[in-house]
Amino acid sequence: MLEAYVKERRKERDILLMTHIVLGYPSFEESHNLVKTMVEAGVDLMELQIPFSEPIADGPVILHANQQALAAGATVKQCMDFAGDVARSYPIPFLFMSYYNILFKYGVERFAEEMNRRGLKGAIVPDLPPEEANGYLRAMERFGLDPVFIFSPTTPDTRMGEIAAVGRGFIYCVARKGVTGLDTHFTRQLEEYLARCRRATSLPLALGFGVKNRTDIDFLRGKADIAIIGTQTIRLMDEGGIDAVRAFIEGLR
Amino acid sequence: MIDRGYHSGFGGAFLPEILVATFEELERVFREAKGDPAFWREYTDLMSTYSCRPTPLTYAGNLTRHFGGARIYIKREDLNHTGAHKANNVMGQGLLVKRMGKTRVIAETGAGQHGVATATMAAKFGFQCTIYMGEVDVERQRPNVFWMERLGAQVVPVREGTRILKDAINEAFRDWVGNMDTTHYVLGTACGPHPYPEMVSYFQSIIGREAREQILEREECMPSRVYACVGGGSNAMGIFSGFLEEPVELVGVEAGGKGLRSGRHASRLCSADASVGVAQGYKTYFLQNTDGQMLETHSVAAGLDYVGVSPLLAHFKENGRVRFEAATDQEVVEALALTMRMEGLIPALESAHAFAQAFKEVSELSRDEAVIINQSGRGDKDIFTIADAFEDPAWKDFIRKKAEKTHA
Repeated sequence: MLEAYVKERRKERDILLMTHIVLGYPSFEESHNLVKTMVEAGVDLMELQIPFSEPIADGPVILHANQQALAAGATVKQCMDFAGDVARSYPIPFLFMSYYNILFKYGVERFAEEMNRRGLKGAIVPDLPPEEANGYLRAMERFGLDPVFIFSPTTPDTRMGEIAAVGRGFIYCVARKGVTGLDTHFTRQLEEYLARCRRATSLPLALGFGVKNRTDIDFLRGKADIAIIGTQTIRLMDEGGIDAVRAFIEGLR
Repeated sequence: MIDRGYHSGFGGAFLPEILVATFEELERVFREAKGDPAFWREYTDLMSTYSCRPTPLTYAGNLTRHFGGARIYIKREDLNHTGAHKANNVMGQGLLVKRMGKTRVIAETGAGQHGVATATMAAKFGFQCTIYMGEVDVERQRPNVFWMERLGAQVVPVREGTRILKDAINEAFRDWVGNMDTTHYVLGTACGPHPYPEMVSYFQSIIGREAREQILEREECMPSRVYACVGGGSNAMGIFSGFLEEPVELVGVEAGGKGLRSGRHASRLCSADASVGVAQGYKTYFLQNTDGQMLETHSVAAGLDYVGVSPLLAHFKENGRVRFEAATDQEVVEALALTMRMEGLIPALESAHAFAQAFKEVSELSRDEAVIINQSGRGDKDIFTIADAFEDPAWKDFIRKKAEKTHA
């Protein structure tokens, strides 16, 4: 379903934008304001991160946001309620992003059922490779949800094929080595990597890690279907509040 | 499908995609080394010339008479270079790093033993070295930080999360995902994604191989019980591995902290506060809340202060092969005091957990039986922590005067 949405929307826009927020950071109220602002500013999809105490793939900015959200008392139940609320209120698809323990402790089956009931469309679980994902894949399929999987520059071609065979919606292409929020060089090497991703799958390609301005997004036009902005909006929110986030996103198109 | 290191459903490799290829390489190099008889010879040769292997098995005659039960033997891992069993794992992984042609090593450390051991190995083999250590541990283990830095390692205090061992592991992973081409992560215990639990246990199995031979030589029969403390679980896996196929009761002793009902402990296999989860790349029992968020842990021994436990030990809990118990901070300090006075041995606070549990039980056994306690590390280099645990007034006075002198 996400695949059809992305392909349809791409007829009107040469690149889509997906943003990422950490639920409950700095508060659930602010999270709601962020969703509203981002949707109004023209974002096409959103990743809602359920905070986790051990986010090993995340760099300092998102790590800090996870910890602050938990310190302020954020629970999985609150995140579910919040997600249901925004999925009902805004006309774009929402995905959950979290680490596998959150799903595992909730019960993978029950987690998928809740996502479906609340109108979410898919999930990104960065520490769940396909080899460990049998139960998750069954649950997601049963409830009509898209499990989004990840390619990285160290993923060989054959493995890209195997990942694409189980992934749905789109493929999340990690731009480089390292954690979220560090600088990415938008170079010929990245272009070749994206071409390699393109050859491996007919699913739409989303590129994330280090995307932070209009120049980066211009680079990605024609090479990826979706640009993912994660750390940069959190950084802007910390520094300049919600107006800075709005101005930033409006300036990306 | 390739082996993902599952035992009774514990283990696995829950990796970010960027690290999958690195783990495939590590797994391959480890398999090749394990299958090569020359590798184990190279390893034991290194350990007998650089560390102090084989470490002795000491008969504790005074403690035996004191308790009036089973004959007590102590496996002396404290006599390794750098003062703990950690050297066994670190030197073994160092040889693998050479095989992989990498030039930099990173490691997490809690108490500091694993950090010091890794820094030593890096100095010997000429690797660059970065050690991640929780800020709380940096404060309580300053002497080890001093040594790591003198040995040429960069020590990075981790200010995220609970600022102890698990947070240091997270930071080491964050370094690794960016630098895996040049860098190997020397994980210090039998935890983490496959193949770490198996690989670390393999290098630590040198403890069990020796202990088995030594006790047979002395007693001409198997011991009734073997005791080891359990943090991540590497010293326990090491000594237990020599007795798994024998009718020997294996006892793993966790950090009971202020008591299992106090919420201030680090017991994953004996307390109701733990449940099965997936974090730091593997599935095991974790101290976590119902949402799956990790809890704060507590132990007088920094090296046992960890939320997870080896998936191999979780497997032995499940199939009943190992009995798990917990010793409280207070029991541990008492056992340490007794061992020092009666035998002139100074176990690390971590190792003293195994002593405390053995002391609760040996009187029940007959004089014909024997038990082995694994003294995984030495306590004399943790003088600041142990003196604090004893609340020694003359020591406090010394620290005060020393501080005044430093300020002057």
